[in-house]
Amino acid sequence: MLADKYADRIEEIFAKYPDKRSGIMDLLYLAQEEYGWLSEDALREVAALCDVDPTQAQSIAGFYTMFSEKPKGKYWLQVCTDLPCALRGADQFYRELCEYLGVEDGGTTGDGLFTVEQVMCLAACDRAPMLQCNFHYYENLDMETIKALIEQWRARALEEVPEPGE
Amino acid sequence: MTHILLRDLDIPDIWQFDTYVANGGYEGLKKAVQEHSPQEVIQIVLESNLRGRGGAGFPAGRKWSFIPQDAPIKYVTVNADESEPGTFKDRQLLEKNPHQVIEGAMIAAYAIQAAGVYIYCRGEFWDLAHALEERIEEARQANLVGENVLGSGWTCDVYVHLGAGAYICGEESALLNSLQGLLGQPRVRPPFPAQIGGGLYYQPTVVNNVETLANVPWILVNGADEYKKIGTPQSPGPKIFCMSGHVAKPGNYELPLGITFRELIFEHAGGIRDGKELKAILPSGASGPVLVATDEVLDTPLTYEDVAALGSTLGSASIILMDEDTDMVWAAAKMTHFFKHESCGKCTPCREGTYWLDRIYERLLRGEGTQHDLDMLHVVPKQMAPVTLCALGEFAANPVLSTVTQFPEEYERYIQRSDAPHPEMADAMSTVTRGTTGEVPEAVAEGGA
Ligand SMILES: Cc1cc2nc3c(=O)[nH]c(=O)nc-3n(C[C@H](O)[C@H](O)[C@H](O)COP(=O)(O)O)c2cc1C
Ligand code: SF4
Ligand code: FES
Repeated sequence: MLADKYADRIEEIFAKYPDKRSGIMDLLYLAQEEYGWLSEDALREVAALCDVDPTQAQSIAGFYTMFSEKPKGKYWLQVCTDLPCALRGADQFYRELCEYLGVEDGGTTGDGLFTVEQVMCLAACDRAPMLQCNFHYYENLDMETIKALIEQWRARALEEVPEPGE
Repeated sequence: MTHILLRDLDIPDIWQFDTYVANGGYEGLKKAVQEHSPQEVIQIVLESNLRGRGGAGFPAGRKWSFIPQDAPIKYVTVNADESEPGTFKDRQLLEKNPHQVIEGAMIAAYAIQAAGVYIYCRGEFWDLAHALEERIEEARQANLVGENVLGSGWTCDVYVHLGAGAYICGEESALLNSLQGLLGQPRVRPPFPAQIGGGLYYQPTVVNNVETLANVPWILVNGADEYKKIGTPQSPGPKIFCMSGHVAKPGNYELPLGITFRELIFEHAGGIRDGKELKAILPSGASGPVLVATDEVLDTPLTYEDVAALGSTLGSASIILMDEDTDMVWAAAKMTHFFKHESCGKCTPCREGTYWLDRIYERLLRGEGTQHDLDMLHVVPKQMAPVTLCALGEFAANPVLSTVTQFPEEYERYIQRSDAPHPEMADAMSTVTRGTTGEVPEAVAEGGA
């Protein structure tokens, strides 16, 4: 349970605001970090922590692109294909990336390692093509750099001993 | 030139507290707190005529003066949601000049005697937001933030709030809802954020853009008169121009307001990539009307008033350039898709209108567009824009109307062809998420949204 495992962090979150409800987004992030995605149970747990109805936690989770109510690949690649990036080759970059990973637009690789999606402007238009992988930016990309990164991530994932419950 | 805003270009490690302080950092806050009353600070900013850099260009001092002085709890909220396509200036400010933003926000907070400052960062600024919390802690340790600021008896803390990916949360009232843990949709106004009942936790609140606040320390140190020497009388000060698209040297350029498009593009940003001709300019990201790159446009000064006179807007000065080879229907489709995705769904004209426009562009990209579709591109945006709760409805209308009227022959060519010019993009457009409704009912379509 989040409440036991992260008591300090939760307290820090609530300390920022005059009411508990404002902590909901931080707590959804925490739950997503812990469980990998936001299941109905996770949403119920967050809702209870900040004293809101579970349906409200659900509607908030559904409203934002960074919350996921479905399991994603271990590496969640969000490629910006919005206009400024597209003017600098982002569409083609995205197609080639999908091809390299052997997935459709929005798909996840068979081994569950990579999910690829198109997203809207990430405020990095001067460094296109770019993507966000698990909340970190990778910019000024070309196929060669991203392939090297993917292989690095793949190798790291293979090395890792899965934690119980993962 | 020495920079006033992007000081990291002159002093690369100015993000560090000691370096910032060694270079005059926090002098503006000290001056405000130790030498001026809150009212005087508002007066100085009012006289500087600093205008909001988040898009609307509203004078910051006037906004601050609307806050009722006798309200017991007041807030400052820093808008760091930066999600307009083509905008990436607040990110450089927060990443490379964080203390300057904190200082500016604290001066605003002193001016209205705020109880707290919340910096609303878009969720994707995850790394940046966590670093920012460390910078705030440094300021707290130095008694520049927090309890009894500089021994003045005034207490005000600064917090970072992370969004989670929604353009609409940059709209100030949606931002406040999102911060309160409510759905990030705009509020009905009045009451406005500055009024009781309209702000954060329904208390009077100033919402300012990151770049707006980054101007404030300099104004306090150097005075309003010095500030007004930069730029033009109606649009004073320096501005960060975000250059993207087919520009040779993309990036942020800090220059005085009032320089022309031509100077900015060709003297500073290296002109057009690969020696191509410039065809069209989006001066304010996806949300303002596109301008055809004529000599008249190129010689126009970049000020709020002059760009408005051209029929567009300076907005946050996110300047997207498009060269001679750019397919304007495709570009408009990209922008329409953006607004369709980002419509929060609260009002019917915007929710249905953006959905319908998105479907029309999808058909055009598949080579299935009809004359009726083209006619509707003239009709729908006009009916959608004036009746929506927030400006997104108008933003969504701009790329459509400004391209169908200025590039009609490109649209004609689209409906005449039978092949599919952009099938992949059309497929991607059909799988949209937020606020998705069913297919637009025939009755709505016939009635023009
Ligand atoms: C749909 C929409 C999105 C907006 N996005 C932003 C944004 O990302 N950043 C911002 O500073 N202002 C944004 N604004 C403008 C804000 O509502 C508000 O005017 C601004 O934060 C005020 O600050 P300023 O006076 O310092 O410019 C947006 C407005 C609308 C209608
Ligand atoms: S205009 Fe669009 S984005 Fe704005 S409140 Fe209405 S539905 Fe939401
Ligand atoms: S358009 Fe891709 S980061 Fe802005």
